[in-house]
Amino acid sequence: VCVSVFQWSLVVHEFNKYFYFLLQEIKALLALRGKPFIPDEKFKEKIKSYYTSRSAFELWGHGQTHSELRASLLSYQSENMSPFMHKDSTYRINIYTFNKTLEFTDRIKRIDALDYLPFEGTVNLKSPQHIFCLLEDYGTDPNNIPEHPNSVYFGRWLADGQRELIHSHSVKNRHFIGNTSMDAGLSFIMANHAKVKENDLVFDPFVGTGSLLVACSHFGAYVCGTDIDYNTIHGRGRSSRKNQKWRGPDENIKANLRQYGTEKTFLDVMVSDSSKSVWREAALFDAIITDPPYGIRESTRRTGSHKDITKPPDGIYLESHIPVSQAYHLSDIFTDLLNFSAHHLVMGGRLVYWLPVYRPEYCEEMVPLNPCFQLISNCEQTLSSHTSRRLITMEKIKEPEELDSLTHLADPRFSPYQGHNAFREKYFSGLNKRRGKEDNKLDFNDVQSKNASR
Amino acid sequence: MKLLTHNMLTSHVKGVTKGYPLLIKATEVKVNEVEFNPQFVSRMIPKLEWSALVQAAEELGHRQDLPGELVADYETNEEFLKKVHRILLEVEVLEGCLQCPESGREFPISRGIPNMLLNEDEA
Repeated sequence: VCVSVFQWSLVVHEFNKYFYFLLQEIKALLALRGKPFIPDEKFKEKIKSYYTSRSAFELWGHGQTHSELRASLLSYQSENMSPFMHKDSTYRINIYTFNKTLEFTDRIKRIDALDYLPFEGTVNLKSPQHIFCLLEDYGTDPNNIPEHPNSVYFGRWLADGQRELIHSHSVKNRHFIGNTSMDAGLSFIMANHAKVKENDLVFDPFVGTGSLLVACSHFGAYVCGTDIDYNTIHGRGRSSRKNQKWRGPDENIKANLRQYGTEKTFLDVMVSDSSKSVWREAALFDAIITDPPYGIRESTRRTGSHKDITKPPDGIYLESHIPVSQAYHLSDIFTDLLNFSAHHLVMGGRLVYWLPVYRPEYCEEMVPLNPCFQLISNCEQTLSSHTSRRLITMEKIKEPEELDSLTHLADPRFSPYQGHNAFREKYFSGLNKRRGKEDNKLDFNDVQSKNASR
Repeated sequence: MKLLTHNMLTSHVKGVTKGYPLLIKATEVKVNEVEFNPQFVSRMIPKLEWSALVQAAEELGHRQDLPGELVADYETNEEFLKKVHRILLEVEVLEGCLQCPESGREFPISRGIPNMLLNEDEA
């Protein structure tokens, strides 16, 4: 896969479902740099923060066959090659093949076949100054590997991405997880989309077990969050980890940050209802990153009265009192979230969140809008045949005025999520027909892990 | 709960118009050692309501020599930034409550975590 960015080309090693996310990451990181694109040392540092890619290369040539590659390379300007190939330099050539394993002798043959290139330096396998890569793409079907590659690329290696960081931050190893803890890779992608940087102040209004805050703290941002669930915030209750009944005393968000050495960036978490803001009216946050409840795995709630519930005695507030919840319609979650963000983000600050989608009915008009925001990106992650979620990135471009919070009511976009738990109903209608019974405990993690497998 | 957070919180009890700042009634306060980051402190200062910060520090008995007004050129004043760092990030309320200055409603703080949930009839 070739991604053209300005006049340069990057070949993304490891084609996967995160491809579209990578494009947005690149754009966000380039926007962060604020300069025209030149792959210098600073860029290489940025590449190292890409979580979707394994490596990035400066593409010198490509083709569908090796002879096409050769023609392509011979037409690449030699003055762009010579700085990396002069006689005092050292180099090595790596061969990467997707979906096929090459024998050692075949690798050597391919390296030898590149002798038409003007290599003048010396080969150094241990610590070369320059690394060149020949990449061969044999498709994506492991049961049907072609004899010849579908396409070949040759380029100069620039830097490695952060895939191995995803492994070290894997949720499996984390002290404190919940049923909906964000896949480690996606947390970092979200932080990149939000342009989170060192010394930023980041807020998550549906913080849960803090997966997103962990990723943001890794970038040096200071983090805070709220959640309506008392037990999750305090790290109590049934454990989501297999073979474990109750959460241990070290299972809370602060412990997660301590595990990664970013405890100093932990500000606070609070038990709070996101539909009833507790923050004073000011541009407090540099970024708001969140995964609101979809109404499937974790129930959507907010405080409010129910006529048939007995009220507690006046003046006595139990410390752990958890007020009665009422159904929080999905459309309300997003309009509240956008409205809250409009009032509490700095100008130019970003809101990044997941929007659940019923695929058969999805259209772009369903993405909630707000006059204070510009929609930056909309990336889909498929969850099942009829559902997906979309990572929405918005940037604040205007301060809110009195009537802005009401404009959505006149907007036809407002209707698709209306109605009590409309998304839930659509989601379960397909399942109920098959299973013939009510089942609220969808194995969300199964769906997630299937899609997250690498 | 740290005082940086407290500085940004306000009472959201229905009908209250003067709900800021929340009064702090602490029964357990701890001072932690947190790595000093002058850039972060400088970035946060413009977001603060300075008098509310001083008031909160007084309430906890940790004001020390924090000035009543923000000093000019604080970005380069390391001594001043260290004082601000201490009060914003190192002083922590572990147990106690936050009180709405207008309605008197109390929000408990337990294990350093404020519970800001309102009851059904107050929402």
